[in-house]
Amino acid sequence: MAVETTQDGPASPRGRDFDAEPVVIEARGVTKSFRLPVNKISSLKEQITTFSRPDYRELHALRDVSFEIRRGEFFGIVGRNGSGKSTLLKVLASIYAADGGRVRMAGRLAPFIELGVGFNPELTARENVELNGVMMGLERRQARSRLGAVLEFAELEEFVDMKLKNYSSGMLVRLAFSVMIQSDAEILLIDEVLAVGDAAFQQKCADVFHEMRDSERTVILVTHDMGAVEHYCHRAMLLHDGEVRAMGDPGEVARKYLRLNFESAPSSGGDSLGEVADIVVEDAWLEDESAARATNVEKGRDLHFCAELEAKRDVEGPTFGFTFANPDGVEVMGFGVPKGELPERVRAGQRLQIRSKIENRLAPGRYVVRCWIHRNRNIADIVLYSPHVLDFVVFGKDEPGVAFFETEVRMEIDGGGER
Amino acid sequence: MNVQAQTQAPPKAPELREVRGPSAVGGGPRRFFDLLWLISTTEFKKSFHGTAFGYLWSLVRPLILFGVLLVVFTKIIRFEGEVLHYPELLLLNVVLFGFFQESTGAAVGSVLANEGIVRKTQFPRLVIPLASVVVAFFTLLLNLVAVFAFILLSGIDPMWTWLLLPVVLLPLVLLSTGLSLLLSALNVRFRDVALIWTVLSTVLLYGSPVIYPITLQVLPNTVRDILLVNPITLILEQARYWIIEPTAPTAVEAAGGWLHVVPATLVFIGACILGAWVFKREAPKIAERL
Repeated sequence: MAVETTQDGPASPRGRDFDAEPVVIEARGVTKSFRLPVNKISSLKEQITTFSRPDYRELHALRDVSFEIRRGEFFGIVGRNGSGKSTLLKVLASIYAADGGRVRMAGRLAPFIELGVGFNPELTARENVELNGVMMGLERRQARSRLGAVLEFAELEEFVDMKLKNYSSGMLVRLAFSVMIQSDAEILLIDEVLAVGDAAFQQKCADVFHEMRDSERTVILVTHDMGAVEHYCHRAMLLHDGEVRAMGDPGEVARKYLRLNFESAPSSGGDSLGEVADIVVEDAWLEDESAARATNVEKGRDLHFCAELEAKRDVEGPTFGFTFANPDGVEVMGFGVPKGELPERVRAGQRLQIRSKIENRLAPGRYVVRCWIHRNRNIADIVLYSPHVLDFVVFGKDEPGVAFFETEVRMEIDGGGER
Repeated sequence: MNVQAQTQAPPKAPELREVRGPSAVGGGPRRFFDLLWLISTTEFKKSFHGTAFGYLWSLVRPLILFGVLLVVFTKIIRFEGEVLHYPELLLLNVVLFGFFQESTGAAVGSVLANEGIVRKTQFPRLVIPLASVVVAFFTLLLNLVAVFAFILLSGIDPMWTWLLLPVVLLPLVLLSTGLSLLLSALNVRFRDVALIWTVLSTVLLYGSPVIYPITLQVLPNTVRDILLVNPITLILEQARYWIIEPTAPTAVEAAGGWLHVVPATLVFIGACILGAWVFKREAPKIAERL
């Protein structure tokens, strides 16, 4: 089993040092398997009439999983469907009992792995917030006193006495997320919640995650969104077939995850799983007209996107591409370094600067910049895919659609008879 | 590395505790009782929400059964001459047995019905069937108010032995709880447990001295022996003695001596222990089986 730790590698610009923090979650050799009966027996008659023991198929959901998480860490767990992520989360949350190994934990855990599961559609938001708070381990009085804050964050004050069955799905998610972050659990388990709510609420969630990143709270995030992993997590772990395949720097883990997903694609020789990419994005930013760094751009103002890359090894015939994706994951536009600018090769240690000026037709909202680097001028030969090198906000009057265009519209009305 | 971190950490460093996986109670007693109370009260409120007569309905159900039985057994088969205060006894029995039937009937499918909570949250599993018992108990308390009003109106004077009512309610609640745990846990494995129980609890209505007291002369000895295995028999007989009819025999006298109380007592203890044991054993695996 190849577990590589890149935690202390130089490619970890994550700021906080957790070595001094106490371990709050410790898993040692956790295994879990399910016996899936080939024919499921769920009635007495079948049990009685099946004389031979039924055939079972053993499914190893977790094999010897070990890790530790320190206080305050934002820890990502990634893996494909069926890799054991959710089973691991359920073991941590005491929903499943592990078959072997042991898990130790310090501090109060929010006992949900999915948003809103404890909600009762027949009850009002007020009653549900109390119930949910108690499930989170609050006292009833505490849970009730939090109602105001919860509703305020969820922006649902007007609907406090409405039954949840009349809520829209977006409202439910907002309420659920709000309840979760308002429970002062020290350890949060979050399974795929980032892709919910409208853009404005997503931005709010993103802010909360940023806050959590820098707080004492320990967060375990299970997701498919490599952008989120790179953006929020201090450390990440890749699970595959119930085994830990990689652990450490989120960027590296995300890259390995993508490799696993595109395993069929031709891989360049010598670039085995787990090494630092041959070219890495050291920095990426936007500038305003006066060449100062900016995080927001007004609608219609040109974008000045800049990036600084460093070659870790020699790469023949590199190409560089970027796309801007909106919160729905739609890649609104993309661009590359034009042929005339591309070097024949880059040498280890060389630094590359990319500066661009882009006509800004983006509709207001939050955008994420993704980056691709290939070698040999071959787009199947990926050197680096980074789904999140930068995010920024375009502000201004809202427009329908994902982009806007200069338009000239006229209307003529022909006379339809005298009045 | 781990050891080092623990010794270096500041004094307030949290202590690592073993995560033992799901259990029947898990999560501390306060959370357990808060959840039990909240789930029960909301469930109780919910069961009458949207109905025009509110919780009058909880009274209507036993009253209809009572009315039918009363007509059958006073007009068609005449018990009244032989059993003093028959209507009052019948109503009390119907309400007490109604609690047993309602609590176990709701509990048997409760864990399955709350699949979402069980599979996706760390929820003390025991709360789920217990809430069914608590909800039925709320209904019982309301119904008992009506029963005592009826008893007073029909001319029975208050007796100090009415204060002993909790003494008969306690074993009834314990028995219902034990069976609720057993049934709800087994129903996760075998879905036909719920179906079997609907039939069985109807059988028990006639297999307990609800409609007739066990002292009835016409009762054959074999039937009486069978009834004496049923713990509900003793509970109802004692309730009759304390609440309705001081001249009636006590449960022990009705059974025919202390020796005859033993089988029902063993069944009672067995049901409670078996229920608790099976539920505790099954609780960690419930989420996987659903």
